[in-house]
Amino acid sequence: MSRYVVGIDLGTTHSALAFAPIEDGVASIDVLRVTQLVAKGTLGEKPLLPSFHYAPHASDGAMPLPWDEGRTHVVGELARTRGVEAPNRVISSAKSWLSHSGVDRRAAILPLGAPEDVEKVSPVEASFRYLEHLSDAWEHAVAKGDPEMALGKQEIVLTVPASFDAAARELTVEAAYAAGLENVTLLEEPQAALYAWLAAKGEAWRKEIHVGDVLLVCDVGGGTTDFSAICASERDGALELVRVAVGDHILLGGDNMDLALAHVASQKLTQAGKEIDRQQQAQLAHAARSAKETLLGGASEGTPDSAPIAIASRGSKLVGGTLRTELLRSEVESTLVEGFFPVVGSNARPQSRARVGLTQLGLPYAQDAAVTRHLAGFLARQKGALEKIEGARAVAADAPLLLPQVVLFNGGVMKSPLLRARVRECLDAWLAESNAPAVRELSGADLDLAVAKGAAAYALVRHGKGLRIRGGTARAYYVGIEGAAPAVPGIAPPLSALCVAPFGLEEGSPPVELPIELGAVVGEKVSFRFFGSSTRRDDVAGTEIDVTASAAAALEELSPVDVELPAEGRNPGDVVPVRLAASVTEVGTLLVEAVPTQPRFSGERWKVELGVRESDPS
Amino acid sequence: MDYLARVTVPQEPSFGARFFLAFACFFRILFDGAFAGRVLAVQNGMPALPETSEKAEEPKPLPKPEPKKEAHKPPPSDAALTLLSLLQREGRLVDFLLEDVEGAEDADIGAAARIVHSGCRKALKDHVTLESIMGEEEGSKVTLPKGFDPAHTKLTGNVTGDGPYEGTLKHRGWKASAVKLPTALEGHDPRIVAQAEVEL
Repeated sequence: MSRYVVGIDLGTTHSALAFAPIEDGVASIDVLRVTQLVAKGTLGEKPLLPSFHYAPHASDGAMPLPWDEGRTHVVGELARTRGVEAPNRVISSAKSWLSHSGVDRRAAILPLGAPEDVEKVSPVEASFRYLEHLSDAWEHAVAKGDPEMALGKQEIVLTVPASFDAAARELTVEAAYAAGLENVTLLEEPQAALYAWLAAKGEAWRKEIHVGDVLLVCDVGGGTTDFSAICASERDGALELVRVAVGDHILLGGDNMDLALAHVASQKLTQAGKEIDRQQQAQLAHAARSAKETLLGGASEGTPDSAPIAIASRGSKLVGGTLRTELLRSEVESTLVEGFFPVVGSNARPQSRARVGLTQLGLPYAQDAAVTRHLAGFLARQKGALEKIEGARAVAADAPLLLPQVVLFNGGVMKSPLLRARVRECLDAWLAESNAPAVRELSGADLDLAVAKGAAAYALVRHGKGLRIRGGTARAYYVGIEGAAPAVPGIAPPLSALCVAPFGLEEGSPPVELPIELGAVVGEKVSFRFFGSSTRRDDVAGTEIDVTASAAAALEELSPVDVELPAEGRNPGDVVPVRLAASVTEVGTLLVEAVPTQPRFSGERWKVELGVRESDPS
Repeated sequence: MDYLARVTVPQEPSFGARFFLAFACFFRILFDGAFAGRVLAVQNGMPALPETSEKAEEPKPLPKPEPKKEAHKPPPSDAALTLLSLLQREGRLVDFLLEDVEGAEDADIGAAARIVHSGCRKALKDHVTLESIMGEEEGSKVTLPKGFDPAHTKLTGNVTGDGPYEGTLKHRGWKASAVKLPTALEGHDPRIVAQAEVEL
């Protein structure tokens, strides 16, 4: 029997753990101060665990923790610091790698391009190590040896970006299981932010969200931007929140903004004839972040016109060796507000440059830095999101966008009132085009810890207290089937995508079965190409789409799926007819199974592995 | 170490007292040229100049047994070195204090002070919770009751009588209500305040 509910925010740049005794409710949600190495040989406690992993060099010596004297890797603050000092040994953004379908996410590939004496780990393994550290820190600070109090025994809600596809979710759960967190449920981060807001408001939230409202969650964190739309509809006379749309995984966040500002400052230093090295560049990004916070305070009165930037020398001579420059408010506004949050029309879409030749193996960073263009693109793509929702009403049915009436901001970047105002300004202009009233902002959430706290609040909601957001899968999923056609050299056989899991498939609903039989070869791995769509809401299991047709534009190719049939008395090499069945597990992951039409025993079925290996476009 | 050894301390103050002394000195050295001169004299191994009247006020009227116990504590503890290391790591405090600033331009000292100030301020805020001892505005008239706590409040000026005392609040005072310092792991040499760095 669990005593605590625990919310874990496994973030791109920071992780956090919030917890509350089950009986005490949301009022007692607390944040764990995570014990971690903050410097060589020095332990500290911090509410955030930086999601960085450092592989020590022989000269670093042991990196002991109170719970493990022989630890050979470092997670947290020290790992982040070493990331600046010795970047080739540090893993950052493991979470973005976890959702990168272009690589084998179980293969030891990180840090990318590291020297040979660095222990490489897979994106899944790195995520496991962050969770393991949180689990150990919990043991150290809370459980203290009581087996009933161990983290694995508690009810855990682990957050993932709404944009994570089925495979990335599956891999996240795999990392959690490896860390001994068996009682785990997934929750989308923007939903967690809303749960945190609901918990903070108590019953007063009903004054701010009304039936028919569409709520936009705009979450701009350190490394990623994540949008979700949630509709307040009415069902059986009661208000209900339904997550109706999620955005793409956009690798764009506060870190990009700090780098852009640091670039402005470093150009000034260069013009003044000063040279700065890599470490000072990192210091500059850090200083630029503080300057940004000072200058984007928002209130026009009392905000200074410039903020000083001082970069310490590498050596021990500080006076005289310190480089000094300043960032003007006008520069911050033009770089950040205009660069990342330009005023754009409702017809704006993120620009993508054609990739030149061979792209380097790396993370698929967003090519367009404008958050507002990504937002317009998201709302345009999702304009049909309300069609299937009972009790929902679009403010303007013929609007070119899905129009939100309410907005909730989340993530460190959105702490700036100026940037929040800019996003509202864009939304208001788009709403005005359809004669809709201005957007209302939900305020009062703690933007750094909201996700972890909201995850804990959601765990309490699952105990029956409070409103639950419904949603189901945010995508429809398809397997690619090659059609029979005479072979013509140079021309790929026609490919069609068969829907295996419809949009909005919910936890606990009976599995949906593909009405078409597929052939699986006994004893061999059979791979299928796999696709997802965040906009095709009407497809049911078995709907077939011609991948070459224009309808396929809404499809995104994911990493392939594998079915492996053990013989079970059949002859290896035989082709066995199977049907695919999809359901959503209690954990919140998509489960696709292959069910033989002539089972060898009752209930015979095999799990289809999602996101197993590098996608091969052949 | 040379520098530390030459400073003769009449009696060893408690860790807490040293902590505040370090900060008080840091800012006085920065902004009080005369004081900085005296410190420089100490640092250069010359006998310190005679105490000014300010120093004469320092002895507490009520000797308590506790400070004596503290005085018997062993010399520089690991906690003090851990703190020093923290302030160096976050705000380059040791670099700054040990650097000769005599001939330096004020602008350069100011730029360096920004590094020290922003880093040490963050470190201080993260690890020590400091509260004002008195909540009133500085400069306002205050009344101290007869049995006020002399450990918390110090009387200056025309100190006489047995209270209640009417006076002007000159300084609100600071009290560390919580201290949470990083801890050194076993086997870590706390004397290494900052490692030397060699870039490959």
